[in-house]
Amino acid sequence: MARLNAWRWLVLGGAALYFLVPLAASVLFTVDVPGQGITFDAYGEIVGADGFLPGLLLSLELAAATIAVVLLLMVPAMVALRLGAPRLRPVVEVICSLPLVVPPIAFVAGISTVLKWGPEHLSRTPLFQTFVALQNPDFPVVLVLAYVVMALPFVHRSLDAGLRAIDVRTLVEAARSCGASPAQALVTAVLPNLRGALLNASFLTLALVLGEFTVAQILGFQPFAVWIYSVGGSQAQLSVAVSVLSLLVTWALLLALAGLGGRTRTAAAKG
Amino acid sequence: MTATLTRVDVVPAASQKRRRRAPGWLAVLPLLAFVAVAFGVPALAMLNGAFTVKNQATGATSYTTANLTDSLQGAYLTALLGSVKLSAVSALLSTVLGLLLAQAVVTSRFRTLREAVLTASGVLANFGGVPLAFAFVATLGNSGVLTRHLGLTDKGWSLYSFWGLVIVYLYFLIPLMVLTITPALDGLRSQWREAAQNNGATAVQYWRHVALPVLLPSLLGGFVLLFGSAFAAYATAAAMVGSSVPLVTLQIADAISGNVLVGQENVALALSLDMVLIAGLVMAVYLPLQRRSARWLA
Repeated sequence: MARLNAWRWLVLGGAALYFLVPLAASVLFTVDVPGQGITFDAYGEIVGADGFLPGLLLSLELAAATIAVVLLLMVPAMVALRLGAPRLRPVVEVICSLPLVVPPIAFVAGISTVLKWGPEHLSRTPLFQTFVALQNPDFPVVLVLAYVVMALPFVHRSLDAGLRAIDVRTLVEAARSCGASPAQALVTAVLPNLRGALLNASFLTLALVLGEFTVAQILGFQPFAVWIYSVGGSQAQLSVAVSVLSLLVTWALLLALAGLGGRTRTAAAKG
Repeated sequence: MTATLTRVDVVPAASQKRRRRAPGWLAVLPLLAFVAVAFGVPALAMLNGAFTVKNQATGATSYTTANLTDSLQGAYLTALLGSVKLSAVSALLSTVLGLLLAQAVVTSRFRTLREAVLTASGVLANFGGVPLAFAFVATLGNSGVLTRHLGLTDKGWSLYSFWGLVIVYLYFLIPLMVLTITPALDGLRSQWREAAQNNGATAVQYWRHVALPVLLPSLLGGFVLLFGSAFAAYATAAAMVGSSVPLVTLQIADAISGNVLVGQENVALALSLDMVLIAGLVMAVYLPLQRRSARWLA
C-alpha cells in the first residue's frame, strides 16, 4: 500500500509540476524583465497598446453574433426533433458532427477559395456586393458564418444533453393546453428549463470565438487572438502578459461553467 | 347533430397532426440551409479545387489529379508525414500519461482532489492556440525563464523543434485523455479485482487479463481522438515554430497565402482534402470504439 501511495504521489506531483510551471514561468517572464528588475509595466501597457481594444471588441462582437445565430438555428431545430420528425434526428446529428471531420485549416482553405470567386467571376452581378459585405473588415460576417459551423458540435452536444434531461413533449403539451401558441410554449415553458444547457452552449461558443485564430488569420482579419500573435514578434513581454490574462479570463469562464454544470447536476440528482 | 359532432371531432385531430408535423420540418430547415451554404459550399469548393488546375496563360481550367499527386510528393509529403508523426507520438505519450494520472486520481480517497483534477482537465483541454504557445515560449523558449535559469541552450535544448512541439501539445492532450478515460476507469468494478485476487492473480495479471482488455476500446478511442486533435492543431504551431518543423497545417497556410510559391492554392486544397480524409478515417475508427466502450459503463 505504501508503494502504491508513493507511486500515486509521484504521478500527481509530476503532473502538478508540468501543468503549473509554464503558468508560473509566464507570469515571472512578464514581471521580471532582464535589466529592469521586477516591474508590472507589461500589464499596464495592455490597454493602451495599439490594436488591443479594436481586436477585443471585434472578438466580443463576433462572439455575440455567433452565439445568437447558433442558438437561433439550433434551439428550434433540436426542440422540434424532440417533438417529432425522429427520422431527421440522425441527419442533424451527422450534420453537426461534420465540422469535426474537417479541420479548421481545411475549412478555411475552402472558404478562401469561395471568397475568390467574388472578384473572379461575379464582379458584374449583384452577388458581388454580398461578397464585399461578407468581408467588411469592421464586421466580417464570413467569420460569423465559419464560427457558427465550428460551434455546431459543441452546441449540439450540450443542447442534446439538456433536452434529454427534461420531458419536452409534456411541457409543450401542458403549455398548449393552457392556450399558449407554439412560440409561447417554446419561450415560456421549454427555454427556462434549458437554461443550463443554453448557458453551457453559449460559454463554449464564447471560448471558441475568443480563442479562434486559424480562420481569422488566414482570411486576414484581426480579432483578439490574431492581435496577440501579431504583437508577439516585437513586444514579447506584452504578448505574454496578454496571453496570461486571456488564459485567466477563459479559465474563469470555463470554471464558472463547470461550477454551473456541477450545480445543475446536483439539482437534477436531488429532484 | 351527429354529423356535426363527428366533424368537430375529426377536424382538430387532423389539423393537430398536420400542425405537429409541419414545425418538425420547418424548424430544422433553417439549420440545414445554413449548413448547406456556410459549410457545404466551402467543402464543395475545396473538393472541386483539389481536382482542377488553372492554366496560367489561357485561364482555362481542367480536371486532373495532378494536385493530389503533388500533395503526396516532396516537401508536402514530408509535411504530411511530419504531422502524422507528431500527432501519433504526442497522442501515444498523452494516452499513457493520461491513463496514469486518471488512475492516480480515480483510486484516490480524496474526493476534492478528484473534482479538482477533473475540473482543471476540462479547462486545460480547451486551452490551446496562441496563448499556450506564448506561455511555453516564455518558459522554455530561447529567452524563456527556465531556459535562462537552467542554461538549457548550452545543453542543446530548443523549443522550436519536434520534441518541443510534443511537450507543448501534451499540455492540452493529457487533460483531454483524463476526461476521456475517467468514466472507463470508474466502470472498472472493484469486484473484478477481488475476484481476480481470489483466484490467485497478481496485480500484473489482473491488469493484463482483466482491466486492460476492458479499457482497450476506451484507450484506443481516446488515442484516436487525441490524434485527430493534434493533427488539426494549427495556431499553436504557427505561433511557436513558424515553419521550422514541417507540418501539413503550416504548409496549407503558406500555400493559401502564396508565401512560398504563387499558384499553389489548389495544392493547398488537395492537402486539405488529404487532411479531411485522414480526419474522416480517425472518426470512422473512433465512433465504433466509443460505442463499444460505452457498453461497459452502463
